[in-house]
Amino acid sequence: MPEPRERTDAVTPTDPIRLHEPELALHAEDLTVAYHGEPVLWDIDVNVPNGVMAAIVGPNGAGKSTLIKAVLDLVPRTAGHVTMFGRPYADQRRRVAYVPQRSAVDWDFPTTALDVVTMGRYGQLGWFRRPGRETRRAAMAALEEVGLEALARRQISQLSGGQQQRVFLARALVQQAELYVLDEPMAGVDATTERVIVGLLKRLRDEGRTVIVVHHDLQTVREYFDWLVLLNVRVIAQGPVAEVYTPRNLRRAYGGQISLLRGADFEAAPGPDAPYGEGGAAAAPGEPER
Amino acid sequence: MSPADLLGDYTLRTVLMGAAILGLVSGVLSVFAVLRRQSLMGDALSHAALPGICLGFIVAGERQLGWIMAGALFSGGIAALWILALTRTTRLKTDAAIGSALSVFFALGVVALTWIQAGGNVAQAGLETFLFGQAAAILRSDLPPMAAIAGLAVLAITVFWKEVKLVTFDPVFARTLGLPVLTIEVALTVMIALAVVVGLQMVGVVLMASMVIAPAVAARQWTRRLETMTILAAVFGVASGVIGAVISALGQGLATGPLIVLAASAIVLVSLAFAPGRGVVWEAAQRARDRRALRGRQVLTTLLHLAQAHRDRAYPAEEGMVDSFYGYRTRRTLERLDRRGLVATASHMPGEGRHWVLTPEGLAEAERVEADITGRRA
Repeated sequence: MPEPRERTDAVTPTDPIRLHEPELALHAEDLTVAYHGEPVLWDIDVNVPNGVMAAIVGPNGAGKSTLIKAVLDLVPRTAGHVTMFGRPYADQRRRVAYVPQRSAVDWDFPTTALDVVTMGRYGQLGWFRRPGRETRRAAMAALEEVGLEALARRQISQLSGGQQQRVFLARALVQQAELYVLDEPMAGVDATTERVIVGLLKRLRDEGRTVIVVHHDLQTVREYFDWLVLLNVRVIAQGPVAEVYTPRNLRRAYGGQISLLRGADFEAAPGPDAPYGEGGAAAAPGEPER
Repeated sequence: MSPADLLGDYTLRTVLMGAAILGLVSGVLSVFAVLRRQSLMGDALSHAALPGICLGFIVAGERQLGWIMAGALFSGGIAALWILALTRTTRLKTDAAIGSALSVFFALGVVALTWIQAGGNVAQAGLETFLFGQAAAILRSDLPPMAAIAGLAVLAITVFWKEVKLVTFDPVFARTLGLPVLTIEVALTVMIALAVVVGLQMVGVVLMASMVIAPAVAARQWTRRLETMTILAAVFGVASGVIGAVISALGQGLATGPLIVLAASAIVLVSLAFAPGRGVVWEAAQRARDRRALRGRQVLTTLLHLAQAHRDRAYPAEEGMVDSFYGYRTRRTLERLDRRGLVATASHMPGEGRHWVLTPEGLAEAERVEADITGRRA
């Protein structure tokens, strides 16, 4: 039952033969994911360089969550390959921390905030070893970072939604990863939580780590992130936010839902391809019917 | 049998041991069945054990528990695979798949049982007791296999506690840590099937499912930690088994299985009602306390407002006036405030209703409440 290879993966960067695009924190090539024959992601290439704070943005059903689940081997890939820091994810688990959507678990589970955070260390502990004092100290420190040290012993069902989200973030922090992948961490949380999360993620980025966030709020993209992947089944555009966040790209990604955007966003971000009146030219060739 | 004979009775000692083992293993595993929302899986597994029991009997040629357990485990396993295959390959949801497995396998089992009984084999006598369980049928030699299975399951849960806990709470995150989540989930399901098999002889296939549900449901009410919940569930399981077995022995001929299940259900009922924090009665009492406290604060501030409006710290407010202001009798609220020394009755004029004034403490308390509310609004 034990799989030592996966749980003790000592990453040795001295193996140049197997490294593939090592300067990219995330590299996905020709990635296709389909549910029941319907493509959710269609032949996409995604590259996120080391040390950026990246947003994955797109309309509902664009495949944002599916993209991160596919690169983390949580849903099967129909085609394509993925590397992180030049290696397959299976060899890099210890360098990658994942924060699932808050709704992914039953918060009535009988456990405390501190205990959930401790779970972030289970991978490092390996089989048979119990979390000890050092682990609890690290978990406490992570809870302090998200401002929840006072609620460490609180039953998780008694936390607010925002506090639960911060517990999840603290669990990822104790993993001390180099790549953080978060699924909608700012969905439905209070202003305090959003501020805490963004502040922490920016700090991680400033420490040289890479952060990839599935994000739903176009209004805050330019404020929070420096890298953007615009997704709608295909990759519409990706690159530095300043280059990618253009009216033309957003319209291509969002299509009919473009009314969600305020005019101000367009005016404030005059991309190279403004003006944006040329409707028909927006769709990329070969884009599937939506 | 009189209570005095109970402890000395050889058969009963065996029965009690069996019931305790059954309660322990089903109690521990019920925690994971319930938290992983697999309660119905236990139901399917226990009903699906019946054809396996018959198969085990046919293979062994006699009523031998080892073969019968193996058969039960085998057909339970087939049922679990059946459920998995149905949910993976068809559009059936889990509940429908479990329902179909349960009824198909149970029907098969009843057919096999009647076929064996019609065959006139003397050795089959009592095979039908596996439907509802019969404690008296348990032999001393049945205990070691039961204890071995229970010990193995409890040991596995203890050794892999951290992994089992994480997979139960957040299997997706567990996968990103590199845990073999599917293996652990299958192992847990197998262990639930084992718990069911251990209980077959005493509780029977029809009711065994409740033993992998009830202890956990009761234990969840009393604690906020998985560790405590598991230990409590084990204790509740053992208690149900022992209580059921003892009552059955005292009552002569009362079916043991249903009694064990009734004992477990009684523990569940008490827990659902009275557990602090989660119990229905506890919550109702808490709500009543909250309501009384709120009314107290309301009446106190009303008296304060009246005093302020009349520029008289000792303004005597007529009880009837306060009643009509709130639309309900405030006497009990006022009397509670009186007992806390916050208000006092005042004689205003003879022949009039009772009047109340704020005491100095009441005045201070009312101002504090008022400031608290105003502060929160700001």
